[in-house]
Amino acid sequence: MIHFVLLISRQGKVRLTKWYSPYSQKERTKVIRELSGVMLTRGPKLCNFVEWRGYKVVYKRYASLYFCMCIDQDDNELEILEIIHHFVEILDRYFGSVCELDLIFNFHKAYYILDEILIAGELQESSKKTVARLIAAQDSLVETAKEQASSISNIIAQATK
Amino acid sequence: MALSGMRGLSVFISDIRNCQNKEQERLRVDKELGNVRTRFKNEKGLTPYEKKKYVWKMLYIYMLGYDVDFGHMEAVSLISAPKYPEKQVGYIVTSCLLNENHDFLRLAINTVRNDIIGRNETFQCLALTMVGNIGGREFAESLAPDVQKLLISSSCRPLVRKKAALCLLRLYRKNPDVVNVDGWADRMAQLLDERDLGVLTSSMSLLVALVSNNHEAYWSCLPKCVKILERLARNQDVPQEYTYYGIPSPWLQVKTMRALQYFPTVEDPNTRRSLFEVLQRILMGTDVVKNVNKNNASHAVLFEALALVMHLDAEKEMMSQCVALLGKFIAVREPNIRYLGLENMTRMLMVTDVQDIIKRHQAQIITSLKDPDISIRRRALDLLYGMCDVSNAKDIVEELLQYLSTADFAMREELSLKAAILAEKFAPDLSWYVDVILQLIDKAGDFVSDDIWFRVVQFVTNNEDLQPYAAAKAREYLDKPAIHETMVKVSAYLLGEYSHLLARRPGCTPKDIFSIIHEKLPTVSTSTVAILLSTYAKILMHTQPADPELQKQIWAIFNKYESCIDVEIQQRAVEYFALSRKGASLMDILAEMPKFPERQSALIKKAEDAEVDTAEQSAIKLRAQQMQQTSNALVLSDQSPANGTPPVSQLSLVKVPSMSSSAEHNSADPGSAQPNGSLTKVDPQPLSPDLLGDLLAPLAIEGPPGAGGQSEQSVASGLEGAAAVDGAAIVPVAEQTNTVEPIGNIAERFHALCLKDSGVLYEDPYVQIGIKAEWRGHQGRLVLFLGNKNISPLVSVQALILPPSHLKIELSLVPETIPPRAQVQCPLEVMNLRPSRDVAVLDFSYKFNTNMINVKLRLPAVLNKFLQPITVSVEEFFPQWRSLSGPPLKLQEVVRGVRPMPLAEMANLFNSYRFMICPGLDPNPNNLVASTTFYSESTRAMLCLTRIETDPADRTQLRMTVATGDPTLTFELKEFIKDQLVSIPTAASHAPAPAPPAPPVAQPVSPAASLNDPGAMLAGLL
Repeated sequence: MIHFVLLISRQGKVRLTKWYSPYSQKERTKVIRELSGVMLTRGPKLCNFVEWRGYKVVYKRYASLYFCMCIDQDDNELEILEIIHHFVEILDRYFGSVCELDLIFNFHKAYYILDEILIAGELQESSKKTVARLIAAQDSLVETAKEQASSISNIIAQATK
Repeated sequence: MALSGMRGLSVFISDIRNCQNKEQERLRVDKELGNVRTRFKNEKGLTPYEKKKYVWKMLYIYMLGYDVDFGHMEAVSLISAPKYPEKQVGYIVTSCLLNENHDFLRLAINTVRNDIIGRNETFQCLALTMVGNIGGREFAESLAPDVQKLLISSSCRPLVRKKAALCLLRLYRKNPDVVNVDGWADRMAQLLDERDLGVLTSSMSLLVALVSNNHEAYWSCLPKCVKILERLARNQDVPQEYTYYGIPSPWLQVKTMRALQYFPTVEDPNTRRSLFEVLQRILMGTDVVKNVNKNNASHAVLFEALALVMHLDAEKEMMSQCVALLGKFIAVREPNIRYLGLENMTRMLMVTDVQDIIKRHQAQIITSLKDPDISIRRRALDLLYGMCDVSNAKDIVEELLQYLSTADFAMREELSLKAAILAEKFAPDLSWYVDVILQLIDKAGDFVSDDIWFRVVQFVTNNEDLQPYAAAKAREYLDKPAIHETMVKVSAYLLGEYSHLLARRPGCTPKDIFSIIHEKLPTVSTSTVAILLSTYAKILMHTQPADPELQKQIWAIFNKYESCIDVEIQQRAVEYFALSRKGASLMDILAEMPKFPERQSALIKKAEDAEVDTAEQSAIKLRAQQMQQTSNALVLSDQSPANGTPPVSQLSLVKVPSMSSSAEHNSADPGSAQPNGSLTKVDPQPLSPDLLGDLLAPLAIEGPPGAGGQSEQSVASGLEGAAAVDGAAIVPVAEQTNTVEPIGNIAERFHALCLKDSGVLYEDPYVQIGIKAEWRGHQGRLVLFLGNKNISPLVSVQALILPPSHLKIELSLVPETIPPRAQVQCPLEVMNLRPSRDVAVLDFSYKFNTNMINVKLRLPAVLNKFLQPITVSVEEFFPQWRSLSGPPLKLQEVVRGVRPMPLAEMANLFNSYRFMICPGLDPNPNNLVASTTFYSESTRAMLCLTRIETDPADRTQLRMTVATGDPTLTFELKEFIKDQLVSIPTAASHAPAPAPPAPPVAQPVSPAASLNDPGAMLAGLL
């Protein structure tokens, strides 16, 4: 199972965190500090796995951003590595060639998307098309609600004129 | 630039980004938190939009690592908002801010439940997602049944059901006691027929969690898993969107194979065949391709397939294929594959019989120890550690030592620990062991714990041949300009004890030795000073005739330390000074150390303890498991030898106590028992102390306390202080008995081996007998592994086989002596002449010190080993059944007093005895029909048919019918089955019924036994 997902920039800035196992805020900070120390110092041609405190951390760098997931010792590392890529591809499709800035300013969208891919630290949906469809449906629900709200406030505004 | 649609949020994020340093960022965050706090306080004025915005800001701040101690309420309250946009934000932010331990979550339970049981599927999705991500016990208690309903509901769409599956998985994983999954086997089996691959993937994850807890209940899912795997592997009707770089959902493939690994075997031959076809296809059909993602995905599947093959312990061909693949992987350029190759090779060591093939790759693995990637180096180290045995220990340990000088700091500790353990376990000779440890101290003294050098002292003390060598080595190291303090300790100790053996060599006169050791004194810590003082006293004693000049020098030092602030040093100084003036009594008390009792290496013990909390040391665990099976080293249990008196000083005035009394004493000593305290559960015997207790005991006289206590009496008059310190040492001498308690229950071990083909047959503190067997038709080949667990040889070893008349057994020569910590293998050929239930007996004896130890052990060459399951179709069965019309070929009996068990369990029992259950032959569901083939020389291959009719109202009785073409076989088989049904004395069943037979301790060979069939007679005795 995936215990947590971290997105950390090359400068060590946190871009996204999602915790599937209970960690206190203090522990979270410590984990992030420790792991960015380990990951950011690793050279480019090394393997994508790091052993850490009895767990395994699978990470991959995309441009300036490190995506990492922490799993149990005997989980399948390559499977997780491709979950990361699956996530990246979906982000890419949603934002249209995603870059770090997209994720910084739309971190909430990244959360929506992640929630459609993982639940309880397990893969939920492996079809990019399905995820894209569900996210689009959510977006349109939010849009409709907004339009309704504005039309109602228009009505009220007109009525009180 | 910003899509977010929330301007305030974007502005805040930009501000944070523009901060030049952490301090500025902190200020900006504090300002924003203040702002949000005031806004929340006058909540009335907040529009839903604003509330959303502030909650997101809070989450962002929290994500950056700042504490946010307010506003949780606002986030949780958004969950109950009626509109989707607010609800969505409420759910997501809550699941990020809080974890399962937060009390706030309780507030939301009702709303969440309403959303889950409500009709709005988007709300259902939000609620399930949050519960799946952070659900705790209370959620499990109140929501699990609703979630279960959603999962199997036919009216729910896949998007809800896949979330329900994972949500349930979370609740079950965290609180298996709360989530009721009784009767879920059928539902899971249905779920595996699901067409939507999203739902199927989630359900498979759920299945993995369920079977990992209890595979028994989910047998019905096994064939379905194989079907799914087949479908995916053949890429049959997998929608395009579920293929990943052309591979049909690699994740589902991996999960399915993971689920299969929780089933102990695949019984049904057809299912098994299909599964192996798929696995074969994956193993052979995976090529290395250019596209990284495709490569990763296909190898994810491949490695999972490897794990499954290893688990199913397939035919040997497949296994060697796997090793060959792994051998290829560890040499490729792609680092991920190299890493996984090494990791899986280490796992593969679990499977017996592949060690030799893995050894062929030793050179490549050693190269990986120098890989630029520390992850890979770690794997290589682990693998080298796991694959090390007597044959390659020298090479591997020397490699490790060499690597130690250049290894990065992070790995040195582990490296030295592993090198030390391997050197100890597999030393081809002890001088090599001493060399290795001294080198280790020299190169990485900081990482060599006291346990390691204590162990060296122990070995040297117990092996006279080694003493001059070790002393000379120690002397050499002292010549080095800067040496580690641990080296000072071990050298000083060894030279104090044994430097007189070197006296004739240049530079080794007592004076030389003293001065070179004394040079180090100013630089060492107090604990080392104490050791040095003992060394000086010993040097003084060994200088015959006395050298007045040296005496004066050393006395001056004793004088100086008489007022030392450290009480330990002070006491030593006072006592040594007093003793050294007494001449003869000095000789007694400071005489050479007696031998240490056999004990488990503290190091190995530590390694075993360590594995509990660091899964990192997987190979250590592995090693321990292997040793259980075919041990050739000091193993687990630490027992005090019951016999054997240590050679103590020349002038013992009182009867020397046995070692067991010294062990008793030690366990009474709180100081030394404590470090071992955590192991009490493992050790059936009184604990031996850590060496620390001996070497640094608060007593001037250094010796195992038992002996020391005795010697004290001789000088007690002048040394009341010393005697008082260790007064407890004088304990009643334990009664000496000849018995050696076996470790573990012999009967249980035997019964376990009746069902499997390798394991431990017998173990006591000195010896371990492992067994491994292969059966083919009416012949079998057993190998006995006789392992000496001590650091002294076992002599007068004898092994005789007393075969019953129906077995022809040839045992190859058993050597008379088993060298220290070595293991010998004795192959045994077995031929079954005719059917019989009698059991062969191994009469094993050896001498330890002066005691003859003799045990008689039943050999697991029992009737069911000559059975081969066979499937019989309806067309074949009935004509056979009818043709065997009645006694003596077909026997029927009503058996009473059967241990009640469900039919499925009984079927398993038959399976484990190599019968094939043939379902569907008997229309009555309460009956079992089983078939098998029996092989012996007289009967050749003979079909055996069995029918068991049970009474659902009374499970303690049944009617059994056995039919074969041979009257003896029919009778013997019937009796055999009856024995198994009436009492099932395996370790698995904890029925109180069978009392374990008395341990076969030193039984005299009964003269009657030689009458006609000694084996049978003895089996009866046992």
